[in-house]
Amino acid sequence: MDNKERILAIVRKVSDKTTAPEPDQSLFDTGFLDSFALPDMVSELEREFGIKIPDSDLNPRKFESIERIQNYIESRM
Amino acid sequence: MAGIKAFGAYLPSRVVSNSELAARLDCEPGWILDVSGIEERRYAGPDESVASMGVAAARDCLDHAGMTAADVGMILVSSGSSERRFPGPASTIAHALGIGGVPAIDLPIASAGGLFGMAMAAALSAIYSNVLVIASEKMSTVAMREPLERGVAPLFGDGAGACLIAKDGAVRITDSVLHSDGAFAEDLRLDFDAPLAMNGRSVILQASRKIPSAIGELLERNKRTAQSVRVFLMHQANQNLMDRVAKALDVPADRFYTNIRRYGNTSSASMLIAAAEWWRDPGPAAGDLICFAAFGAGFHWGALLAG
Repeated sequence: MDNKERILAIVRKVSDKTTAPEPDQSLFDTGFLDSFALPDMVSELEREFGIKIPDSDLNPRKFESIERIQNYIESRM
Repeated sequence: MAGIKAFGAYLPSRVVSNSELAARLDCEPGWILDVSGIEERRYAGPDESVASMGVAAARDCLDHAGMTAADVGMILVSSGSSERRFPGPASTIAHALGIGGVPAIDLPIASAGGLFGMAMAAALSAIYSNVLVIASEKMSTVAMREPLERGVAPLFGDGAGACLIAKDGAVRITDSVLHSDGAFAEDLRLDFDAPLAMNGRSVILQASRKIPSAIGELLERNKRTAQSVRVFLMHQANQNLMDRVAKALDVPADRFYTNIRRYGNTSSASMLIAAAEWWRDPGPAAGDLICFAAFGAGFHWGALLAG
């Protein structure tokens, strides 16, 4: 599974949805994430990719879309 | 080592339901309950101010302590919603209590102000003996400013809480951790003559991490576990957030005392109001470990251990 697929699996898990958003679609505007699912997703990303995301990087815009999440995660790997 | 002598609270009499607000905010009453756990809140009347509510909470606290205002050596007053730039409500409250000569200090740091006040009072009681911490908020005046924001306006309510901390307070304050970080200061702020501005996603994301982290730091430093804490008295920001913090600490959600359903988020007053209610019923017993925690604009956050 590539990174994008691993991220999509996490988004599906925390959103409890079976569909997939487009890579550049806002996960908030499309209803995949709300304020309370966002911290769950961040925790899952840390676990899945074995990284620690510092509080200073916890800007919701970094996690707005699959594309942005992938860019951020790969910059930390 | 300082200790807690008593808590006090004041809530305005006017109850504002979700139904009343939903009509103005073009949303369903049930939606407000789902996203926040709030069913109703109190709004102060036009003749009630941050200072007048603070005085009422202070008197309630002193009554429960069996003391008079003359016994107070210092007043610390937290408010993020006071009516003017200066002077803040502290000196007005001291004057109204008839103790105009004591030092009266304002802490205008919003939601975490009650916690910061308690931690500072614990240290200052070595010099000033009985330190009265008051947190009073008239949030309706700022949350209901036009243009109304559906994700902000229904969350807040008005009220005041107070705590008397003394050298001989029965419930000893063991330790506290306080933190501040201005990196996200713009995400929760109240500019002059503007509605309260809140980036809810950022606030929830940061609070979800920082509150459990501060509690964990405090417990670890004192070689205690979250499971050994009898009650968590936390800033009543959002029921979903409190449930999330409980989950992060691996304790049952009902270990966190909650009254947000009835009062909404009363900012810095909320933790002291919750403590005042819990202190009366069921109240602390010998050997109980009590953990206070708060997070708010700044961001400022922390935790305090007592028992």
